[in-house]
Amino acid sequence: MQTDDLIANLSSDARPAGWKSARMRLLWPLAIGAIASFAAMDLWLGIRPDLSHAMTTSAYWMKFAYTLGLAVVALLIVMRLARPGADAARRMKLLIIPVGTIAALTAFALARVPDGSREHLLFGASSAVCPWRIVALSLPLLAAAMAGMRRLAPTQLGLAGVAAGLLAGAAGAWIYAFHCDESAAPFVAVWYTFGIGAVAVLGGLLGKWLLRW
Amino acid sequence: MLAAEAALKALMLTALAGDKAAYRALLEATGSLLRRYYGRRLAGGVADVEDLVQEALIAIHSKRDTFDTSQPLTPWLYAIARYKLLDHLRRRRIRVTIPLEDAGELLADDESAAADARLDLEKLLANLPAGTQEIIRAVKIEGQTTSEVADRKGKSEIAVRVGLHRGLKALGEKLREGTDRADR
Repeated sequence: MQTDDLIANLSSDARPAGWKSARMRLLWPLAIGAIASFAAMDLWLGIRPDLSHAMTTSAYWMKFAYTLGLAVVALLIVMRLARPGADAARRMKLLIIPVGTIAALTAFALARVPDGSREHLLFGASSAVCPWRIVALSLPLLAAAMAGMRRLAPTQLGLAGVAAGLLAGAAGAWIYAFHCDESAAPFVAVWYTFGIGAVAVLGGLLGKWLLRW
Repeated sequence: MLAAEAALKALMLTALAGDKAAYRALLEATGSLLRRYYGRRLAGGVADVEDLVQEALIAIHSKRDTFDTSQPLTPWLYAIARYKLLDHLRRRRIRVTIPLEDAGELLADDESAAADARLDLEKLLANLPAGTQEIIRAVKIEGQTTSEVADRKGKSEIAVRVGLHRGLKALGEKLREGTDRADR
């Protein structure tokens, strides 16, 4: 096909188009992925029975805010990296807010208790399973984020994959927190972050292949 | 350069509102920019450059709604152009990993090769989506025109042409993958 013909054909296809509808190609799959992940959590692990009591404690909201905050920042980064030529550096710096906050809370919690009892704050009762459950619950979200991002136009595939993985991991961790009854900031800072980070690494590895368009 | 940015962006904004004439002018100007961009970066010859120009134009068309209208247009255009260039070079790298000495064997096949090729083509076609298969069969094997296919399937001609372009490209890739695997 001649380029002139191609241009004639493409231009005859001009229709109103814009980001408002384009971004739904990412947001719809994410919403479906989140529902799938939540359903998986409920069927497989179950929502913690003391949820209504837990919601009156600051520990619950600490987990809630850390994971949701990470997810929101990751979504902002993903939205940038899904558009050619857009600079995501400023939005990446926002990650310092949730990460810095949990690090400060962790330092504070560890400093406050006597020497012998720090181990429990760090390892809780579920450190061996927590990160892997977060990874598992993140998989539907990771698939959704990859599928959605691919339908937009990422040009730095590795980085876009990491951001999609971070989004999936943080959202998966947020969903896992409906089951998990750990309440110490050090536990969340280490094991939640480890699970989320693993999904981000997985996203980076897969992104180079899956995000091609 | 700055003047070009202002003019191109104005065309883009009008095009995104659905204006065909502005969109056509934009694509023509972008085509020249792309030809220069790829011409400077590819030693491979005019055919490669023109392939890439078309590839990038289709990408710009199908992803035009990812443009941030509050930002300048040229960084967006060149980010897509660059992405398609890297994509092309990566595919090329895959292609040149076929060892040279195997070329002789490929050429030395007997006349059953034509029948095999037909079978191989069918096998490769079977991997593509049904709609794409139908377009390739109709246009490239039965020799219908894209507008006939478009009429028959109740699609726009552009959809058929883009489908054909994509389908042939995917076919080429599958063929290369197959060759790579056979070589190993």
